[in-house]
Amino acid sequence: MSSSDDRESILSRVRGALAPLHERAARPDYSTEIAVMRKMLGNRDNLTVFTERIALVNGRATTDPTAVVARLRENKWLHGYCDPVLWPSLAPHFGADFKVETTFDRKRVDDYTFGITRAAGAIAETGTIILNDATTSRRLGALAPWVHIAVVERATIFSDLPEAVAGLGTDNNVIWVTGPSKTADVEGILIEGVHGPGIQIALVV
Amino acid sequence: MRFQQIDQFAAELKADTRAAVYQSTKGTHEKRTKLLFDQFGDPNRLRQIAGEIKQHTIENLDTYLPQVEAKLKSNGVQVHWAATAESANAAVLKIMRARNATKIVKAKTMVSEEIELEHYLTKHGVETLETDLGEFIIQIDHDHPSHIVRPIIHKNRREIATSFEREGLGAYNDDPQTITRRARQFLRHKYLEADVGLTGANFVSVESGRMVLVTNEGNSRFCLAATKCHIALIGIEKLVPTDRDLALLLNLLGRSGTAQELTVYTEFIHGPKSATQPDGPEEMHVIFVDNGRTDVLASDCRDILRCIRCGACLNVCPIYRQASGHAYRSVYPGPVGAVLSPLLMGDKFPQKADLPKASTLCGACQEVCPVNIPIPDLLLRLRNKAKEENVPSPGTPPMGAWALLASQPTVWKASLFGGKVINYLPTKLLPIPALRAWEAKRALPEWRGGEFRKWLKTRGKS
Repeated sequence: MSSSDDRESILSRVRGALAPLHERAARPDYSTEIAVMRKMLGNRDNLTVFTERIALVNGRATTDPTAVVARLRENKWLHGYCDPVLWPSLAPHFGADFKVETTFDRKRVDDYTFGITRAAGAIAETGTIILNDATTSRRLGALAPWVHIAVVERATIFSDLPEAVAGLGTDNNVIWVTGPSKTADVEGILIEGVHGPGIQIALVV
Repeated sequence: MRFQQIDQFAAELKADTRAAVYQSTKGTHEKRTKLLFDQFGDPNRLRQIAGEIKQHTIENLDTYLPQVEAKLKSNGVQVHWAATAESANAAVLKIMRARNATKIVKAKTMVSEEIELEHYLTKHGVETLETDLGEFIIQIDHDHPSHIVRPIIHKNRREIATSFEREGLGAYNDDPQTITRRARQFLRHKYLEADVGLTGANFVSVESGRMVLVTNEGNSRFCLAATKCHIALIGIEKLVPTDRDLALLLNLLGRSGTAQELTVYTEFIHGPKSATQPDGPEEMHVIFVDNGRTDVLASDCRDILRCIRCGACLNVCPIYRQASGHAYRSVYPGPVGAVLSPLLMGDKFPQKADLPKASTLCGACQEVCPVNIPIPDLLLRLRNKAKEENVPSPGTPPMGAWALLASQPTVWKASLFGGKVINYLPTKLLPIPALRAWEAKRALPEWRGGEFRKWLKTRGKS
């Protein structure tokens, strides 16, 4: 049977299954307000909340590039990838002990210990970083290295999920990243850094 | 057979598997409850609305399916339809062959488990690799997932370490961190060598054709960053009317499934990669799969199609906690599986007719369900279906004798006192086989028949 035969058969079966219903369930009318976390967020600004919430999922947010560079150096994460658009402004913070490439060679995926890319935004209430195809230079550059540093513009932080969904825009691919990659598959024990970054940092500018 | 199949399995389950399943399901359930009630004013209202959204969607699939198809096409997605498992498998293979593709990396999708895709592709010479850590371990062990969200909840680290050693993934080491790092190292090169990435989808918005994929490990993102072709296998019930509904459903999904506010990766896919993005699929296919769903839609149990596969009902279910997932002999275990699995069998319903009986009807599954599915009602409907179709029910005590006694007051009264003889009978002399089997595992309370009547008679007289 071809896919178009399958299409007709599925759709006619669906119509047949629904035909006996006298009444179809109506779409509920609701305000997305109900899907916003309770006033735990208070009247604080989005950056404060974002910084607090990302820490709860074992990520970090900072406005200080020097601190980020110090952490990389301390852990000997000296070889990385950086979005070419960002590098001119970040280069002065890095020393000569670093090797930073502005192209990402997928054949040498294990060479990069960190990746620096631009975020399209963030969500305060969940501590989420938003990446998309237009803003993030390389999907792999933000995913394969052990450390991911997302450069987030302060004005792009949404306060909650409904707001972030409303702001998805027209990009073909948007991904919300909430903390480091993780699993609890083995005996329910939390392990970070499964396939994606084990360290997730938001550098807010 | 003395017992129903599911009871037999549960009776023989290893004690440490039972303990592992119990601990871990209980822990997730308790965290889930705390998160929802701490963070939302009225979480039950959220569940009800989410349930109404999904019920509305499945009752309007005749309108929504063609609409979402048109939207996906206009987003540059190629849409395929598969009425059966065979047809879905063939559709994947056809896409692979058209690209001369020989290697596929898979993220976790329950539909692919339903259609046994890995087996099919391997048989046809496609190198197929599961990339979710749990599913990868299932694959190397030729095992089956025993939980919708936590496929290897039934395995311990020693078993996993032994499997890794056998597969040449390093010397025996049962430290979960080491196991995870080894999988990371092995799999990342496999993504980069693969031709096609295959995923499921958690939701598809009819309004925008936007598909949502949630994971924690980042494996589906790696599939969609490393390969040039994306195939998504999607059950026809996965739709939601609008993007706006996604915020509500995502808030419920993470909390209900893994007690997280959001899973680590929530991906919104609106078509193949953008032209300016160097990584990711240039070609994208959606395969809408029926495989029995239209039969469910036609039944009086269609509400089960609301399910968003979070696994909360498994975690809370006293039967699942005791029996573990494999007892259900199905891709979908637990309360949701007890409804869905027999229905998906079509004509072979009797083979799984024991599953709806594996419930105390305590109602906990509905209480935690993020889309408020009336699972206990559906279980009763399926029990009734089994009865009407005269499906045998081994191990179920005959109720005829009880009916006879209960309809004749004098005989009932006599038997209440006569029953006392049970207090002195050894188990093996109990008159009813089902009662003997039951008592073999438990101690009956002392028979005190007639005392309530005595109390009622003398009440208020002294």
